Amino acid sequence: MDDPVTVPPPTAALAWWWALLLPLVLIVVAWSAAAVDAAVEARAAGRPGGLTVPAHEVTRLLVGQRRRTLAADPVLWRAGAVVLPVAAVLAAVVIPLGTRPVADLGVGVVWFNAMEVLAWAAVWMAGWGPNSVLSLVGGYRFVAQGLAYELPHMFAIITAALGAQSLRVGDIIAAQQDLWFVVIMPVAFVVFLVSAAAMAFWGPFDAPVAGDLAGGAASELSGVDRLLFLGGRWLLLTAAAAMAVPLFLGGGAGPLLPAWAWVLVKTLLVLAVLVWARRRFPTIRMDRWSEISWMVLVPLTVAQALVVSIVVLAQGGL
Amino acid sequence: MVVTFWVLALAAVVFGFGVFRLNSMAQVTFSLLASFLAVAGLVLLLGLGYLGVVIVLMMVIEMVIMAIFMIMYMMNPAGLMPMAMYHNKPGAMTISVGTFVLLATGILLVDWPQRTGAPAPDPTFALGRALMGEQMLTMMTLGITLFATIVATVVLSTGRGRYDRLGDDLDARSADDPLGGGVGR
Repeated sequence: MDDPVTVPPPTAALAWWWALLLPLVLIVVAWSAAAVDAAVEARAAGRPGGLTVPAHEVTRLLVGQRRRTLAADPVLWRAGAVVLPVAAVLAAVVIPLGTRPVADLGVGVVWFNAMEVLAWAAVWMAGWGPNSVLSLVGGYRFVAQGLAYELPHMFAIITAALGAQSLRVGDIIAAQQDLWFVVIMPVAFVVFLVSAAAMAFWGPFDAPVAGDLAGGAASELSGVDRLLFLGGRWLLLTAAAAMAVPLFLGGGAGPLLPAWAWVLVKTLLVLAVLVWARRRFPTIRMDRWSEISWMVLVPLTVAQALVVSIVVLAQGGL
Repeated sequence: MVVTFWVLALAAVVFGFGVFRLNSMAQVTFSLLASFLAVAGLVLLLGLGYLGVVIVLMMVIEMVIMAIFMIMYMMNPAGLMPMAMYHNKPGAMTISVGTFVLLATGILLVDWPQRTGAPAPDPTFALGRALMGEQMLTMMTLGITLFATIVATVVLSTGRGRYDRLGDDLDARSADDPLGGGVGR
């Protein structure tokens, strides 16, 4: 960081065909998390097995018929279901799967944020499309939730970028060689996890698709649309968990194992925390969550960003 | 590169036109969003990564919020009935097509100057430098003005102030709010 106007380093991305593999990698990770989640649920209910539930569900939804509703808006309805998994995969292109990402963008952190925010549009469209009141309420709930989580989320990821003085995900990993950012900025890390769950409308933030709305935004989705929507939600959760690794957990750094294995292990650990949190905490209401977010999380993350920027300046940053 | 440009340019215009052709406020909003996303792609083609991605980020958030407000304020409240985006159809058509033709002719006929400077090695960094350097005063003024506007709008539009919440002497132990909130004030 001696010369502030350094030319960006030559591209450090994976070969182009990794772009085709990336969705598969995401699906495999999300699938295993979903299988474990289903097994935990089966165990809690006193049933054996559960590991094969995702396979059953996918098969059932693939052959399932589309539900039709009166005066639906099919364009937005279908678009909502398709956008969710696409957004998750696009967000994941900047995450290093080891040492290198699929696309090494200079503004990687902003790209990740811009792609995951497509979930706003996706859930609202899916809620609007079927012309069904419970579904519509679910869509609106997600926008209220989004307005609450987005600012703390942005502050959390920008704090990591601030610590590395770069928006490039690779630089953020490089800046953590001595000390992981989770140690320097624990508040940002926790807020990132909380907002990641809220972004994927994952419990305790699953009010947009909660049972009190008979499934909310997903209530009228069936067949392939439902598979895309709920699968896309798992992919989004996986992508967000995977992004916590380069931002706060030192990327692929670790002893003995190769970088890709460490990324995988750390991602699965973060996913396990998120899956555990859903079972541990009850769904939080929108009005409560909004106030907690604006009154507690926003000031906390701003203070965290301030502390980090003072440290960066004291160390002779820009 | 050229193909991408034309695809994005065409998409921007077609979706922009869709704003006036579609008859559901929700579809209109997302057509406008699609048009903006195509424009963001064009900005990315110019090599301005940060600006392009920020356009995507801002426009998605903005358009989803916009959809809610447009549906809330439009003539049929549920927003599911057909509606028209046209008002004063011949006049609006004349003005918009006329403006387009005028600008397009201008673009084609103007003798564009040769480029003299060179782009910054890192446009994102140059942008940050400009905003936090020479343009600092402008940006700070803008920020404070926007913030003051938001506060003033909320103060003017809210039906309940602090005296309603905390009593005439502002000494109530807990606020009298219609909704609970999560912090327990």
